[in-house]
Amino acid sequence: MHPAFSVIFLTTLIGIGQGLFLAMFTVESHVAFAMLPKQPHAFYAYGSLLALVFLGAGLIASFWHLGRPERAWRAATRWRTSWLSREVIVLPAFMGVTFVYGVAHMFSFSPVVGALPGGAPVTLTNLVGAIGTILAFALFVSTGMIYACVRFLREWSSPLTVINYTLLGWASGFTVATLYAGYAAPHLVPFMAGWALILTVLGFISRVASLIRNARLKPKSTLQSALGVKHPRIVQKTQGAMGGSFNTREFFHGAKPALLRSVKWFFLVAAFVVPIVLLSAGISGRTTTILLAAALIQYIGLLAERWFFFAQANHPQNLYYQSVA
Amino acid sequence: MTQLALVIDLNVCVGCHACVTNCKEWNTSGSAGPMVDQNPYGKDPTGTFFNRVQTFEVGEFPLTETLHFPKSCLHCEEPPCVPVCPTGASYKRKEDGIVLVDYDKCIGCKYCSWACPYGAREIDEQQKIMKKCTLCVDRIYDTSMTEEERRPACVRACPAGARLFGDIHDPESEVSVAIREHGGYQLMPEWGTNPANHYLPRHKTKMHIREDEIERAANPLKIDSKLPKPSGDEPSLDDVSSF
Repeated sequence: MHPAFSVIFLTTLIGIGQGLFLAMFTVESHVAFAMLPKQPHAFYAYGSLLALVFLGAGLIASFWHLGRPERAWRAATRWRTSWLSREVIVLPAFMGVTFVYGVAHMFSFSPVVGALPGGAPVTLTNLVGAIGTILAFALFVSTGMIYACVRFLREWSSPLTVINYTLLGWASGFTVATLYAGYAAPHLVPFMAGWALILTVLGFISRVASLIRNARLKPKSTLQSALGVKHPRIVQKTQGAMGGSFNTREFFHGAKPALLRSVKWFFLVAAFVVPIVLLSAGISGRTTTILLAAALIQYIGLLAERWFFFAQANHPQNLYYQSVA
Repeated sequence: MTQLALVIDLNVCVGCHACVTNCKEWNTSGSAGPMVDQNPYGKDPTGTFFNRVQTFEVGEFPLTETLHFPKSCLHCEEPPCVPVCPTGASYKRKEDGIVLVDYDKCIGCKYCSWACPYGAREIDEQQKIMKKCTLCVDRIYDTSMTEEERRPACVRACPAGARLFGDIHDPESEVSVAIREHGGYQLMPEWGTNPANHYLPRHKTKMHIREDEIERAANPLKIDSKLPKPSGDEPSLDDVSSF
């Protein structure tokens, strides 16, 4: 497939936004159970604002992908069958909840609305945060399923796709949250960096698992089944157009195999290995520079990861477009 | 239930691209707007087509065969492109099984093209909406045309008669009979999309004659010439005449 930068930015940016929100709520829920010291409301408020900035940037990027962005509202209509439609609904809903969560904290408006069976009080922001958490994971699943449900793209058609989207977004969000904590609440850096490390390692394991799976894939369709001609040697002589077509532009990445391999090793190092080293080095929270480097390098690595994710997928329609003339 | 479809006889197609040209001509002139071309007279002309003819070489020289392969939307009975559409612009008509795009609802996200294993959908680079073969839905129901004209433009154009059009759910239709009697098959059956369009395989008409069939079994010693030639007024034997 041809990697579209609109989608690469969309998926990586909203992943950070979701992970960052989850980081905020993780801290808040730990505070609720007295596992972390109480944080000022402003910490959550600006954290949510930062998450909103990432989500908003992702949303803007998604509009670049549409031929007719003015009709984008229509994309919310087919949620019964289309994962894309579900994402279109869940993303703004999640952004809305993130906004409410941030505003409630901004104005320190968090009355106790109930209690857990154990007696721990549940505040309004706890409740909103829990709803946001559900929506964040619903968004990860929707985004991942957009790709995992296309059974013709066998590199994508696997539960690992959804797991990767979830873990990589979650991990990168926590890495950014670590950086944010480095500026806003340095005593939280070890907590955040710890989670970021765990999630990055998990993401590394599942991404390598999908690389191994994809390396072993055998194409289901062949030129023989595409044409219905049972002969081992069939060569394309023309494809009906000399100057290319949508089919040649959309489904081929055009990069050399060597570049593809380099990008694979690059993202394995930049999205996982380097951030793991830098987060481990910066876990004390004494310097934010190292955390900034971790977040930046991981994001660049994830851009490469997403580019590779698209480029690696081989569409069966390509069988019909192997040679121009 | 009706399922309109094309049946394309690969044994007959000569790769002349008349179907491509007529398809483009008819559909670019319709109320849905032009099928836009880019750089039509330049170095790399490209444009939107509903139908393309590709050519493949089967076998290794000198035992090669040229296969001309017309390719358009197959109007699958289980169209994978329809449920993925977030707006409902992509749909399959209940009454005749044609898969269509509502050009007024399409947002140009290209997701349906990813979900089509055949590459039958092409985005219009100027109108920014997805387009595909409509099976000339604006022709086949146009009662201002004669019965003969109410067929898809590609079918009308084919000079060799390689394209048949009809209802594959009617067992007595021309297309159903052709599929049944001439080994009609579907493309990429492994995906379970159940394409409505079928292709008829290429075949060569061959006579298989064994050596002993060339020679008369009743003449094992090849002594035909030694038979006596009857005279003119005598009755002649088989294979032997007096003149």
